[in-house]
Amino acid sequence: MKYMLLIYHDEQGWNSISEAERQQIFLEYRKLRGELEASGRFVTGSQLQPITTATSVRVRDGKELVTDGPFAETHEQLGGYFLVEAKDLDEATSIAARIPAARTGTIEVRPLVEMAAQAPA
Amino acid sequence: MSQASETLEQVFREEYGRIIATLIRQSGSFDLAEEALNEAFLSAAATWERDGPPRNPGAWLTTVAHRRLLDALRRDKTRTDKQPEIEFETTRLQPYAEPESIDESVEYPDDRLRLIFTCCHPSLGRDAQVALTLRTLGGLTTTEIAHAFLLPEPTLAQRLVRAKQKIRVARIPYEIPALDRLSDRLAAVQAVIYLIFNEGYAASAGANLVRNDLCAEAIRLGRVLCELLPNEPENIGLLALMLLQNSRRRARVNDRGELVTLEEQDRSLWDSNEIEEGLRLVTRALAMGRVGKYQLQAAIAAVHCEANTAEETDWPQIVALYEELMRYSSSPVIALNHAAAVAMAEGAEHGLRLIDRANTNGTLNNYYLFHAARADLLRRLNRFPEARAAYEQALSLTTNIIEQNYIRHRLDEISTVH
Repeated sequence: MKYMLLIYHDEQGWNSISEAERQQIFLEYRKLRGELEASGRFVTGSQLQPITTATSVRVRDGKELVTDGPFAETHEQLGGYFLVEAKDLDEATSIAARIPAARTGTIEVRPLVEMAAQAPA
Repeated sequence: MSQASETLEQVFREEYGRIIATLIRQSGSFDLAEEALNEAFLSAAATWERDGPPRNPGAWLTTVAHRRLLDALRRDKTRTDKQPEIEFETTRLQPYAEPESIDESVEYPDDRLRLIFTCCHPSLGRDAQVALTLRTLGGLTTTEIAHAFLLPEPTLAQRLVRAKQKIRVARIPYEIPALDRLSDRLAAVQAVIYLIFNEGYAASAGANLVRNDLCAEAIRLGRVLCELLPNEPENIGLLALMLLQNSRRRARVNDRGELVTLEEQDRSLWDSNEIEEGLRLVTRALAMGRVGKYQLQAAIAAVHCEANTAEETDWPQIVALYEELMRYSSSPVIALNHAAAVAMAEGAEHGLRLIDRANTNGTLNNYYLFHAARADLLRRLNRFPEARAAYEQALSLTTNIIEQNYIRHRLDEISTVH
């Protein structure tokens, strides 16, 4: 079963740490990814560019609206994700707990809608 | 009530959790298990009325429910052949006793453990944990739970539907947690059971201070937990605590429905059986040498129960136990109770200083018990105007009618002496 692990963190906090610390954390991410790949649980994952690069798109009444943002009033921003294969929620949360950002931010764990389950009954 | 329906009602309560736990493991679905068990109860109602109750009603129901479950799974399988969830369920089905061997004992104790850990899984909200535990392990109906929590039935039903949906969709495991998380998960189970007890013991709203049905149900769940994990001293401590508190329920409210403080209670109304069992359990738990917050609270309750009159209470012992307890839990209730015990052991002024210290940062300003406890000490110190102000603060912060009446009673007392 697939779970999306959405990584929310404080971007400002991330920007304020030293380069050495950042490298240390990148190393942890590579190690985690390597372990997940080796055990066949890694599907995909990536870091995202900062929220200042984000663009919002809405279509209303057939008209396309492209704007800067979003800039929600939250302390934590979506900074990256892992898509993993896990046997149940406990395994997924165990993986989430090993993501470095879990120590300072929040990992949101969401099960994916499995395509087969959508088939009409 | 006929013998059959009486047996059925009793079996329903006693066996529900046991039977549904196994059906859920076999089907991988709370809903299918519930449906099958409900059908089995309906069928029992008809058959037992006609033929009389069977020799082993629990086994009878298990077997019939299991057959209903198999039927339902087969129906679902032919209807939606490619449904992966159903596939998953069928592969989990295990060989089962045929009706001929109906009298064989059918008990998988691990299933009830799986069930209680799943119901109290941390990814479910506390309200959902409580509702699901009462519904499945406790066998209470949706109506009964809604009534006990003074909620509209659709609200409660909706809460259960969402919880079961999350278990299914997010695939919350139906398993006894791995050793490295067991103690955290067990703490969550204990918290759910104690919350059910407290909801019954000090109802947060409404005209009845004590709702005995919830207290009895929490004690029953506490017994199940002790039975399933007997080597956990905190399980025993929790059961002891609930029994010792519950032993005072008849003395806690007088004939006029008014709250009676521990000090003023008629101790002859305390339930000596529950006290005896509670004392025995707390001794056994403490002897296991792994103390915890439930054991300490039970020990405090035990010291109260051992005093024949309020004056005989060993307050220094209670103060010492609260000090130990504060190392395990930083709850404001505990700090307030500690202060109240110090007031009894060393004088009201000393207690008042501690109460005020507990609220140095103002976090207890909107807390009913803080003002009520302060007011009581001020009253003892004959500082009536301040006591009145504190009682009035407390009065504005509680919605429980009995607590409100208690405070009004105290305010009247102050008016007559002052």
